[in-house]
Amino acid sequence: MLRFVLSRLVTFIPTFFGVTLVSFAFIRLLPGDPIQLLAGERSVSPERYAELEAQLGFDQPLWQQYFDYLFGIFQGDLGTSFVTRRPVLDEFMALFPATLELSICAIVLAVLLGIPAGVIAAVNRGKFFDQALMTTALVGYSMPIFWWALLLIIVFSSGLGWTPVSGRISLMYFFDTPTGFMLIDSAMSGEPGAFRSAVSHLILPTIVLATIPLAIIARQTRSAMLEVLGEDYVRTARAKGLAPLRVNGLHALRNAMIPVITVIGLSVGTLLAGAILTETIFSWPGIGKWMVDSIFRRDYQAVQGGLLIIAVIVMLVNLTVDILYGAINPKIRKR
Amino acid sequence: MTLLRTTLAAGAAVLALSAGASAQTLIYCSEGSPEGFDPALYTAGTTFDASSRQVYNKLVEFERGTTEIVPGLAESWEVSEDGTQYTFKLREGVTFHSNDQFEPSREFNADDVIFSFDRQGNEENPYNGYSGGTWEYFNAMSMPDLIESIEKVDEYTVRFNLTRPEAPFIANMAMDFASILSKEYADQLQEAGTPEMLNQAPIGTGPFEFVGYQKDAVIRYQANEDYWKGAAPIDNLVFAITPDASVRYQKLQAGECHVMPYPNPADLDAMESDESVNLMSQEGLNVGYLAYNTQVAPFDKVEVRKALNMAIDKQAIIDVVFQGAGTAAKNPIPPTIWSYNDAVEDDEYDPEAAQAMLEEAGVSDLSMEIWAMPVQRPYNPNARRMAELLQEDFAQIGVNAEIVSYEWGEYLERSKDMDRQGAVLLGWTGDNGDPDNFLAVLLGCDAVGGSNRAQWCHEPFDELIQQAKTTSDQEERTQLYEEAQVVFKEQAPWATIAHSVVFEPIRPEVQDYKIDPFGGHIFYGVSLAE
Repeated sequence: MLRFVLSRLVTFIPTFFGVTLVSFAFIRLLPGDPIQLLAGERSVSPERYAELEAQLGFDQPLWQQYFDYLFGIFQGDLGTSFVTRRPVLDEFMALFPATLELSICAIVLAVLLGIPAGVIAAVNRGKFFDQALMTTALVGYSMPIFWWALLLIIVFSSGLGWTPVSGRISLMYFFDTPTGFMLIDSAMSGEPGAFRSAVSHLILPTIVLATIPLAIIARQTRSAMLEVLGEDYVRTARAKGLAPLRVNGLHALRNAMIPVITVIGLSVGTLLAGAILTETIFSWPGIGKWMVDSIFRRDYQAVQGGLLIIAVIVMLVNLTVDILYGAINPKIRKR
Repeated sequence: MTLLRTTLAAGAAVLALSAGASAQTLIYCSEGSPEGFDPALYTAGTTFDASSRQVYNKLVEFERGTTEIVPGLAESWEVSEDGTQYTFKLREGVTFHSNDQFEPSREFNADDVIFSFDRQGNEENPYNGYSGGTWEYFNAMSMPDLIESIEKVDEYTVRFNLTRPEAPFIANMAMDFASILSKEYADQLQEAGTPEMLNQAPIGTGPFEFVGYQKDAVIRYQANEDYWKGAAPIDNLVFAITPDASVRYQKLQAGECHVMPYPNPADLDAMESDESVNLMSQEGLNVGYLAYNTQVAPFDKVEVRKALNMAIDKQAIIDVVFQGAGTAAKNPIPPTIWSYNDAVEDDEYDPEAAQAMLEEAGVSDLSMEIWAMPVQRPYNPNARRMAELLQEDFAQIGVNAEIVSYEWGEYLERSKDMDRQGAVLLGWTGDNGDPDNFLAVLLGCDAVGGSNRAQWCHEPFDELIQQAKTTSDQEERTQLYEEAQVVFKEQAPWATIAHSVVFEPIRPEVQDYKIDPFGGHIFYGVSLAE
C-alpha cells in the first residue's frame, strides 16, 4: 500500500510544475494590459506607463517573471495583488474557508441524498420511483444555477420569509472568526442565536451548490448499481437467501462504489467552479467571486496564485480518491 | 423538521430585529468590496464609498447632492492675484477618530494636511511606497507637475504653491485622493512596523468611525459622536456587500437593507410600482459620445460631421440601449455640472437634410468604421447595440458603416492613434465636477493623441478653456465655458449621445438621502423614520 501511495505521489510532481506554468501563462495569454485597464478612460502617459511597469515588475522578461513566481512559491510567497496591494496568499486564506465550508456542506448533502437515491432507483428499476427520480435528476443537472438560486430566494426568502436572502450570518452578529468557518466560529462565539443564524444562511446556497453534484451522483450510483446487480455473485447471494438489504447494501453497493467515488472526486472541481455563481448570488464571501474579479482586472498575481492553489486542491482530492480506490479494491493496488 | 423550522423562524426573527432595533442602523447593500481604505491608493468608486466618503474629510468638500465646493477641514481659502498660491485657513478643534491601537493626543492641524499630500508626491516620505502605492489619482490630476511646494504657515494655515495658475485646483482638493489622514497615527504605525494598517484600519475626521471589515462580506462603522459638523442622525452604518443586483433588490424588499446602488435596468419597472421601494433618479456625471477623427478626411469637414450628427436618432438609442435609463446629450458636459449651457440647441434629427448636407459637401459613397467598446460603462451600457443603431441611422443617408471592436485595453490604446480610421464610441465620468475636467481633458489641444479621441484642436475653443483654467473668478469661468460649449456645438467634433440616469432604490423609511452627482454614496445627514 505504501508503494502504491508513493507511486501516486511521484506523478504529482510533474503535474504540479505543469500547473504553475499553465496558471502563469493563462492570464498573460488573455488580451488586455493591467495598467491600461487600471487607467481606463484616463490616459497614461508613456513615461508614467514605464514607471508603473517597472514598479510592478512587468518590464522583466517573461521567463524572469516566471522564475520569480516559482521561487516565490517555494518560499510560500504567491506575490502581491495588483489591485488590493496585499499578499495573494492572505487574500486567498481570508476567503477560502467560506468556500470550503459551503463546498463541504454541498458535497455532504449531495452524497447523503444522491447515493441512497441512486441505490433505491436501481433496485426499483423501471418502476415509478426510478423514473421520477431520474427525471428529477436530469432536471437538476440541467438547471441554470442563476435561475434556480433566484427562484429559491424569491420563494423561500422574499415570499415565505423562512431563510435570509444572502450573506453568511445576520449582520446583528459581530464577533471574531478565528477559524473562518462560520458554523464553528458562531458556535464558539457564545452569542445566542448566532449558530442558528449561520445555519439558516447556509441552507439555500448549499442546496443550490449541491444540485448538480447530487444529480450526477444519483445517476452514477444507479448505473453502477445496475451493472453490479446483474453480476453472478449478487445472484448467488440472493440465491443463498440473504436479506435484500444485505445483498444490495453490502455486496452490491461496495462494488458499485468505485465509479461513484470517482465522480465525487471530480465533483470537487465542479463545486469550486459552481461556487463562482453561487457565491455571487448569495453574496458568499468566498474565492469564486474573488477569482472572477481578479481575472477581469487582469490581476496577474492573484489569478495565477489562486489558480495554483485551487489546482493543487483538486489534485490532492484526486490523489486521495486514487488512494481510496486502492483501499476499496485491492486489485488496483497491485496493478 | 421541527428543528429546521425553529431554526428558520429564529433566523427570520433575528433579521427583523437587525432592521429595526432602537439604535438606528442603516444598512447599505454595496455592490462590491473596497480594495482598501486609503482612498489615495485607489481609483474605484466602491473604495471611495467605503473610505473617503464616510471616514475622511478633505480641505474643501462638495455640498451633498451637488458639485458645488464648500468649506471642509479648511474654513476658508484665499487665492493670490496671479492664481499660483492657495492659502487654506484650517478649522480648529477637529479631532481624529480612535481605535484599539490609537488614541489621538492632539487635534487636527497643518502637519496632517502636509503629510496627506507629501506621501503621494515625495519619494523620500516613508509612506510613499507603502502598500505598493502608485497614487493614481494624484498623478492623473497632474499634481506632481502642478504643486511646487506645500508650506506650513502656522499650526492652522497651509499654503500650496503652484507652478502655474490653475482654477480647477480647488475642485481637485475636494476629490477623494485629497482626503486628510492623521500624521500622528501614521507615525505611530511606522514606529510599530505596521504601516499597512493605515490602509486597513482607517483613522479620519469624518462622520463615521471605521469599526471592522470582513472581506467580501460586511463593513461596519459607527457615528463619530464628536464630528465637527455634528454627529450623524444614524448610530451605525453597515455595508452588506451584495454583488448581484437582483439579490440586492430582494434584500431591499425583505428589509435586509435600506439603500442599494446599481439596480438592474430590467427591475426598474417593478421598482416604480413597488411600495417597499422609493426609486430616486438623477443624471449621472458622465457623457457618452461618438468621436470622429477630425484630422482624417472627410471628417475634417464640419459639414460632414454635422450631417452625420443629424442622422442619429438619439431617442431610439435612449430607449433601446439605455432602456430609458439615460437622457439625450447635447453638450459635452452633463447637466449636473455648473456652466452647463442649456441654451445650446441640439442638432435636429433629420435624415433628409443630413443627406442633402453630405451631398453639398461633395461626399458620396462614404464608408466608415464605428468602433464599439467591448465593455459596459455607465455612459454606454451596450456599445455594440449602440453601434448597430448608428449603423442603421447612417445607412439611411447612404453612409456605409462597419462595426469594429478590440479588447478594452487595446481599444483605449488604439483609439488614441492620430491616423485612426473611423469614429470611436467612448465616454467619460467626471472626477471633480469642474467643467475643465471634461472640456480640457477630452477636447483640449494638449490632449490630442491622448484622451482627445476626436484629435480635435480648434484654437477658438482652446483659447476659451485655457482662459477659464487660469481665471479663479467663478462667474467669469462660467461664461467662458458656456461660450466654449457653443463653439463645440458648431464644430461638432463628436456626436454627443447620452448621459446615463442613475437610479437609487431606497426604503421608504430612509429620510434625506441625496443622490451624489459623482456616483458616490454618502450617508452623513441621512436618517431613518421610526
